[in-house]
Amino acid sequence: MKRIESADESRKLLDKITFDLTRSIVKKDELTYFWFFILIMFVGVGLWGWGIQINDGLGVTGMRDYVSWGMYIANFVFFVAISLIGFLLSSALHLLKIHWAKPISRVAEQVAIAGVALAGLIIVMDMGRPERLLNVFLHGRFASPIIWDVTVVTTYLTISVLLFYIPLIPDLALLRDRLGDEVPKWKITLYTILALGWKGNPMQYKTVYHAMRVLMLLIIPVGLSIHTVTSWLFAATLRSGWDTTILGPYFVAGAFVAGSAAVIMLMYAYRVRYGLKDYFEDIHFDYMGKLLVFVCLVYLYFNVNEFLVPGYKMKSAEGVHLKNLFAGSFSVMFWVVQVFGLILPLVLLLIKYFRKPLPITIISFFVLISSWFKRYLIVVPTMEHPFLPVQNVPENFHTYVPTSIEIMITLFSFFAALTIISVLAKLFPVITIWEYAEDKGIDKKYLSEKPRN
Amino acid sequence: MKSNSRRKFMKTLGTSLGVAGVVGGSSILSSCNNVESVSGDKIQLLTSSGELVEVDKSMLKPADLPSLSENQKKGREGIPGKSWVMVIDLSKCRNARKCMSACQNHHQLRPEQHHINVLQMQDAEHTAPYYMPKPCQHCDNPPCTKVCPVNATFKREDGIVLIDNERCIGCRFCIAACPYSARVFNWFEPKDADKYKGVTYNIEANVPQKKGTVSKCLFSADRLRDGKLPSCVSACPNGVYWFGDRNEDAVTNGTTQETTTFSTLIKDNAAYTLMEELGTKPRVYYLPPKDRAFPFEGEIDDHHS
Repeated sequence: MKRIESADESRKLLDKITFDLTRSIVKKDELTYFWFFILIMFVGVGLWGWGIQINDGLGVTGMRDYVSWGMYIANFVFFVAISLIGFLLSSALHLLKIHWAKPISRVAEQVAIAGVALAGLIIVMDMGRPERLLNVFLHGRFASPIIWDVTVVTTYLTISVLLFYIPLIPDLALLRDRLGDEVPKWKITLYTILALGWKGNPMQYKTVYHAMRVLMLLIIPVGLSIHTVTSWLFAATLRSGWDTTILGPYFVAGAFVAGSAAVIMLMYAYRVRYGLKDYFEDIHFDYMGKLLVFVCLVYLYFNVNEFLVPGYKMKSAEGVHLKNLFAGSFSVMFWVVQVFGLILPLVLLLIKYFRKPLPITIISFFVLISSWFKRYLIVVPTMEHPFLPVQNVPENFHTYVPTSIEIMITLFSFFAALTIISVLAKLFPVITIWEYAEDKGIDKKYLSEKPRN
Repeated sequence: MKSNSRRKFMKTLGTSLGVAGVVGGSSILSSCNNVESVSGDKIQLLTSSGELVEVDKSMLKPADLPSLSENQKKGREGIPGKSWVMVIDLSKCRNARKCMSACQNHHQLRPEQHHINVLQMQDAEHTAPYYMPKPCQHCDNPPCTKVCPVNATFKREDGIVLIDNERCIGCRFCIAACPYSARVFNWFEPKDADKYKGVTYNIEANVPQKKGTVSKCLFSADRLRDGKLPSCVSACPNGVYWFGDRNEDAVTNGTTQETTTFSTLIKDNAAYTLMEELGTKPRVYYLPPKDRAFPFEGEIDDHHS
């Protein structure tokens, strides 16, 4: 790593970096207000929908006795999935000393926190008796995979928040010292409190490094568990389509695909909105593209295993399920998801042009949407085909069609996740300033200097 | 001073307790005021099993009802020394569906909610179709109770799988886990919710039903406690159901009231259990639909889709 010797040059560069990376915090224009207005509106509408659902019962959804898990559970799996990228980008790659991912780790943590927080909320919204949530802690039975899920989801959320917060402490001190009138006073107070009296001495840095390392190690088993256990909610049952041993790694691989796509889109948004062209560089998009190709290949491998092996045997119940996916009522969704969400992105991203910021963002958009529908395909078709025939029930028990309330609440979850991400971006730098400055060769001592006038 | 204030406190406490007692007592007794004078007046009452009965007012006496928690505790323990089993003779079923309606009455279910459902079955393309009543199989290795996060559904010592709708959080994991589609959910306010408002919950009949919770067949555990056969068994006009105690090795036919040896019945008739390959160990045995008493007159729904 090159070091900048001249003090003046260091200060100048640091000023520039700080100026650029605090733009997201300082910037306040019509668009910001409009964006938050949209977010709050959708969140409000979703909460209103939830109110109706609580009042009238889960019958306001399209779910019935046979398809008793629907869009909410699919959405839950989706949010758990995208949250997993935090563990890959900000921990696994760091520990492997892959440096290009460093500026992206904050973005990945934002996605992780928003994803896992919403996953927890969605599962409560899916409950018939959300007011009895405490029963899970009062009467929890450790034999139930739900209890495992609650345990790992809360642990993952905690570690993710810490992994977001601890590397941020030196930055918070920097913001406390350097941001003046540009931001409201409460923000400075917030930074002062959160900075925990950071002074920037070597002991403190050592503690931060140490804590980060411990957290990065901890999050690996927890991260793997969170999605593996989520897959076990399905794999622990006897139903065809879920009753498979590879569901855990299959979910994890799919999660990396979805999460990478989410991070790429967010990187592009920050790059354009906050003018961070020199920070989220073309090279980062290029690398993310290669990473996406890699995880897509792994996912493709699992998809082949998941569908080819039972498809070869066509056991009776399994056969009905697979026929329904390949050529039945879900076939259009199934093939669109496989082609636009997996095969086409995989092929296109092998070409350098498509790894440029805009093309890869567009591809990521398709990947992300497909991965949502992929979760829908995992949950709903299996439930529509139980072992015994569905008889003596009204027509709407046979097939599942989501209602407007479900769509409202699902949209709520998207906008609530975006709200969390937006708030984090408005409060904290989207790349850690001190790490970035250090990478550029600025000595740490300049970081804790009071700004010159 | 000190003792004075204590005395005062005791006095206040005594008064409030007294008032509470009077109010509570009078509300319990309000239904049997003037017992002698208004004899001949009829009053409608709801029994613990959910039936509406009419009795003379003079018959009313205040009773010590077991509290909810006692009820739940008793319901979780089961009936000591018993091991309930059911045998369903498929050769006798002609889809009369009296079992279904009796069950829905007993458990206050909506018409589309089935604790027991008579299915029209055909095992393979050219085999004979038949009717198959399908209650909860009360598995000895139940996939549903395993996955419950709050121990709301559980297996009792007498073999019955019950649900406590005062504890159920409505996650519906048990519905996903059950390979027999035996569980239903209260998607809306249950049937006649207003009528049963304030009625103490009876865990052994799972009534009154509760919005946002799961419900299922309980082998009419409340009737078993009274020495009666389950509702479906008693209601069958065609002698399809045998029900009894495996420990005694005796089962009774709900229609003919005939009692026979359980082990002989299932041995002589080559009984089987539903999807035994799943390892759930059901307590419901089926006698094959051989030499059928009635012709099959139904229409086979497409088996899986």
